[in-house]
Amino acid sequence: MCKICGCAIRPTDSHDNVMQPRPQFTVVDVVHDLLAANDITATHNRQHFDDHGVLAINLMSSPGSGKTALLEATIHALKSHYRIAVIEGDLQTENDAERIRACGVTALQITTGTACHLDASLVHQALHSLPLAEVDLLFIENVGNLVCPASFDLGQHLNVTLLSVTEGDDKPAKYPVIFRASDLVVLSKTDLLAVLGDFEPSRAASAVRALGLDIPMIHTAARRMTCISDWLEWLESQLQRRGIGRSRLRKGTSMDQAALGPCA
Amino acid sequence: MHELSVCQALLTQVAEIAGSRRARVVERITVEVGPLSGTEPTLLLNAFIAMRSGITSTAELRIEHCTVGITCLECGAYSQTQPNRLICAPCGSWRTRVIAGDGLRLLRVEMRTTDSSDAQQSPDPVEKVHYV
Repeated sequence: MCKICGCAIRPTDSHDNVMQPRPQFTVVDVVHDLLAANDITATHNRQHFDDHGVLAINLMSSPGSGKTALLEATIHALKSHYRIAVIEGDLQTENDAERIRACGVTALQITTGTACHLDASLVHQALHSLPLAEVDLLFIENVGNLVCPASFDLGQHLNVTLLSVTEGDDKPAKYPVIFRASDLVVLSKTDLLAVLGDFEPSRAASAVRALGLDIPMIHTAARRMTCISDWLEWLESQLQRRGIGRSRLRKGTSMDQAALGPCA
Repeated sequence: MHELSVCQALLTQVAEIAGSRRARVVERITVEVGPLSGTEPTLLLNAFIAMRSGITSTAELRIEHCTVGITCLECGAYSQTQPNRLICAPCGSWRTRVIAGDGLRLLRVEMRTTDSSDAQQSPDPVEKVHYV
């Protein structure tokens, strides 16, 4: 830093053209996270969730990897035991929210217009329409995108990234930022593995491990409802870790046994 | 695409800093964009050129690039590596911690202030303000 004029010139640079003092020139050195404002709102959202005993999970993935289908299967399996709500993020349409409402739980649709991700302020606005006191488990289905959502904290407690087997097992190597932000990777549509033949789950796991991560990778085949038991088990462990038990059971029905079938 | 949002956040922060110093014009802004920040420097620069206005309308955006650096939690070694290869180079362990390359930070704002009296009150025109 030049002490004569306050310019940002480095020791290796030429100083010939800045020899004159510049008394009206100010340099402010800061170390400030560019997304600090979003992070403050996200922390505020998280406080709302904590105050109401809500576990908030942010679902991220490419478009079409099966986020909504997984939610439908999850709601079918758990809605008798936990009070579930969903915030849906898409550029346009209420389609996903309508699918979730058809499952019998509250769903709010955020249409982002042209924005490629949800941010904390969009979620905060949605929370004003959501009765958090009546929710145990809140899913935030982010805009389908393996890039942008990773950069924006929404206030969630956990990030879950879906990787469908139709996408390629090298996705974690291609999109490291979003997988690094994940607490769980869900390998979706695994019932197609045998048909596709070119997706090797162990290669996907290695690509995740190469990011320095020790996070679980769970297989699901939500459409067939035959392979979400590991996912449900993980969800329940996270709920219990936060003291959200089945004590809030509204009905005496048992979990859908089809969802507890063995993984393919 | 989300670089537009990042740029908007950047311009908001710069406007706050410039306003608090009664700056007349912002000349240069320096940011750090790490390879693991999720932000593409070229797109951020394009967004900046499109969105700068008012006090920043002629400002230059300088982007400091940095490499990804990790320390190994097993052997303690420091390695520079690729964003998708966060494995300790010396020992091969995946138990590592990223210590550089994931930052997305405003580092410096250079600006012309309103009048010379401000500068006289502050002999050293360089301020250091460290937030989080």
